[in-house]
Amino acid sequence: LSEAKAKETGVVTTVAFEVLRYDPAKDRATRMEEYSVPVTKAMTVLDGLVWIKEHRDPALSWRSSCRMGICGSCGMFINGLPRLACNNQIVHLHSKRVTIKPLPNFDIIRDLVPDLERMFGLHRAVKPYLIRKDRTEQNRPAGEYFQSQQELADYIQFAHCIKCGLCLSACPTVATSKSFTGPQSLAQAWRYTLDSRDEGAAEREGEIFSDHGVYRCHFAGACSHVCPKGVDPALAIQLAKKDAFFRSFGLRKKRQASSVAPPVQPGGESKDIPKAPEPTVRQDS
Amino acid sequence: MRESRLWLWHILSAIVILVFLGIHMGIMHMDAILGALGAEYGDPVRAADVFRRSRQLLFMISYIVLLGSALFHGLYGLRSMLWELSLSKALEKAAGRLCAIAGFALFIYGSYVAVAVFRMGEVRP
Repeated sequence: LSEAKAKETGVVTTVAFEVLRYDPAKDRATRMEEYSVPVTKAMTVLDGLVWIKEHRDPALSWRSSCRMGICGSCGMFINGLPRLACNNQIVHLHSKRVTIKPLPNFDIIRDLVPDLERMFGLHRAVKPYLIRKDRTEQNRPAGEYFQSQQELADYIQFAHCIKCGLCLSACPTVATSKSFTGPQSLAQAWRYTLDSRDEGAAEREGEIFSDHGVYRCHFAGACSHVCPKGVDPALAIQLAKKDAFFRSFGLRKKRQASSVAPPVQPGGESKDIPKAPEPTVRQDS
Repeated sequence: MRESRLWLWHILSAIVILVFLGIHMGIMHMDAILGALGAEYGDPVRAADVFRRSRQLLFMISYIVLLGSALFHGLYGLRSMLWELSLSKALEKAAGRLCAIAGFALFIYGSYVAVAVFRMGEVRP
């Protein structure tokens, strides 16, 4: 493109998008289709797919929502790596050809839409929520739980998981073993077990330390490498193994779960907390 | 948890293998240095010296411990590999049992050999 034309249209280059297509109603097998996409500055792979849908093929299917790397919907296999389509600018791929396939290790529903049912099933199985021994407290919390900065720091990086499934698609064990619990759910199980407010470690042990739990991890670290939020599932799995090791020798410190903070009496708030601003929207009484 | 226990033994057996293989390497390849330090184990590969070592209680015990550790470590690893092939539950169970039976049988046989050699008389070259 000439410099003047690029300035006028904003298009900086043209890139060939090679996209995997599959319609279960029509196709017996997957096929690759190529589209020439004019690329503007800061255009993401997701924007490229939107351009194809608007200008070339309205039947092209994928899953996306927030467009800012938060919802975890647009995980795809882009130029040989599992990535979020909204989080990767085309020019940053440094290639004239962008190959897009659905996430590996998942069944395909259609085109670039993977079937995430198994991942969410495994996620649910590890009980990814705070569990209290007192079921009344669990169902009707009496207040906030005390938690120190250090206790928060122990698990906070694992709490950034957006359930995009990139870790599962990069995992070499998931690629061969359908029974492996997988890095996503194991990391989440460990996230809640590490949480000082939680008392459900025993309820999650069955999944974490099962025949197909943490001990099947080969520590390839691919899950941590591809995570778009910087979560380190491989670390969570190793921490779980370390915990099991020390527990076997009775060297694990017993942890007291956080207690419930007494309700703050009117006028008893800390003076350091700034006052909330007045609501800008009229509140109906 | 059963799997946690097995994995723990897998790690501990690796440490045992490391120590005993270290001793084995020392005796096989550093005999001159060990000799200079006053630890005389004879020629590493001469049959008579091998038998002489095997008739020492410490060596017999170390052979059996190394055999058990290596068998457990190797067969647990083999079972893990087989379990990653997405086998059916029944096949997984069968693979696990086969590894356990093979390991037990080889351990009994290997231990028998170590004890039999320990109890043997003098071997003349």
